[in-house]
Amino acid sequence: MNPHNRPDEGRLAPRLIEEITRLADSPMRLMEVCGTHTVAIFRSGIRSMLPPGVELISGPGCPVCVTPAGEIDRAIALSRREDMILATFGDLMRVPGSSSSLQEERAQGRAVRVILSPLDAVKIAEEHPDKTVCFFGVGFETTSPAIAAAVMEAQRKGCNNFYLLSSQRLIPPAMRALLSAGKVNIDGFILPGHVSVVIGKAPYCFLAEEFSLPGVITGFEPLDILEGIYLLLRQRKEGRTEIEIQYSRVVQKEGNPRARGIMGEVFAPVDARWRGLGTIPASGLALRDGFSQMDATQAFDLPLQDIAETPGCLCGEVLQGLVRPPECSLFGTRCTPEDPVGPCMVSTEGSCAAYYKYGRGNEG
Amino acid sequence: MCLGIPGQIVSITENQLAVVDFNGVRREVSLMLCPELAVGDYCLVHVGFAMQRLEPEEAQETMELLDEFLEASGESS
Ligand code: SF4
Repeated sequence: MNPHNRPDEGRLAPRLIEEITRLADSPMRLMEVCGTHTVAIFRSGIRSMLPPGVELISGPGCPVCVTPAGEIDRAIALSRREDMILATFGDLMRVPGSSSSLQEERAQGRAVRVILSPLDAVKIAEEHPDKTVCFFGVGFETTSPAIAAAVMEAQRKGCNNFYLLSSQRLIPPAMRALLSAGKVNIDGFILPGHVSVVIGKAPYCFLAEEFSLPGVITGFEPLDILEGIYLLLRQRKEGRTEIEIQYSRVVQKEGNPRARGIMGEVFAPVDARWRGLGTIPASGLALRDGFSQMDATQAFDLPLQDIAETPGCLCGEVLQGLVRPPECSLFGTRCTPEDPVGPCMVSTEGSCAAYYKYGRGNEG
Repeated sequence: MCLGIPGQIVSITENQLAVVDFNGVRREVSLMLCPELAVGDYCLVHVGFAMQRLEPEEAQETMELLDEFLEASGESS
């Protein structure tokens, strides 16, 4: 038995769609913040099932897509050092920096390793005491506690050849920045299920309190997403503006305090650049003083350069929900998943890749 | 990238490491972020770490809300 599966999908989905249609008496634009939702929405064809008034907009929620090219370049520079083993998650391998990618560097013979867990990087450091091992750690709050735990583990084991190049980002500050910019018009949020496993409900309350926008922490099965949409419409009908948890079989209201504790012991919030969104205050994570000997940016000379987007690529606008991927003139012609121009087409959770793969019939 | 996968803890070895079964595939998972987990528990796993305990019985329960719909239309048994 899999506790993740939902019963009776075939019977319940039409019922939810009926309810959504009944409540959608005026337009409602909902942003799904999380890339995993974007893919789930496209794969299940939910857009085409919704009444015309309910519009789903993809947001900045794919860690790979929002990593600026300059940070990829830093990882590439590290991988070119003698004695270096650079470890990272597979999702990052194909993301273009200014002139190369980690995948191309590996093909050139650099020691770039794809790992499944941050602990694997610590293991590599233990197995290769004569090498320098750097983990290029990208991720949102879902992943940061695991990265923090690996840093603690490296310290406990006395691995002094282990370094972290942190490229981590926090979701609530990005949502605040998006709303404060005032460019995108949103009536509510489908909030990320697995980020919320860690942070719980409280960090989203500013959405309702300061921006008068509802949000529902939502799971990833088609029924979860439909219920999330239904709950957002029901709030409007009932005149409520709250943060609700649809995904309560997994997400606790208080999140995972232990995971947050470990994250807070190892990392401190710092300003961070986001592709498309610019620099957002306290939206990134850097190692705290007690761990700074593992900080790759301090140990190695790694200037961070501002790299302009490839001319014509609209990833920045796509990530803010301002344009849809097909509105990009390169979409499907010069830019395809096989030969991507921008990160939104590289990442399997990128909006451009999802549109390309599942596009037709999903435009709604 | 934030996907978590549910699995069941088969055994717990030293150092907060567990063997977790994902539909027949077994992998080593760290319990550092969820030290209270025990053998037999279900948990959500992300990048090699258990992130959250899952209640198995919840899988059997239809959501209250959906129950309401079914009752309203007389489909509930
Ligand atoms: S289609 Fe390609 S070039 Fe256009 S915005 Fe998306 S990733 Fe960038």
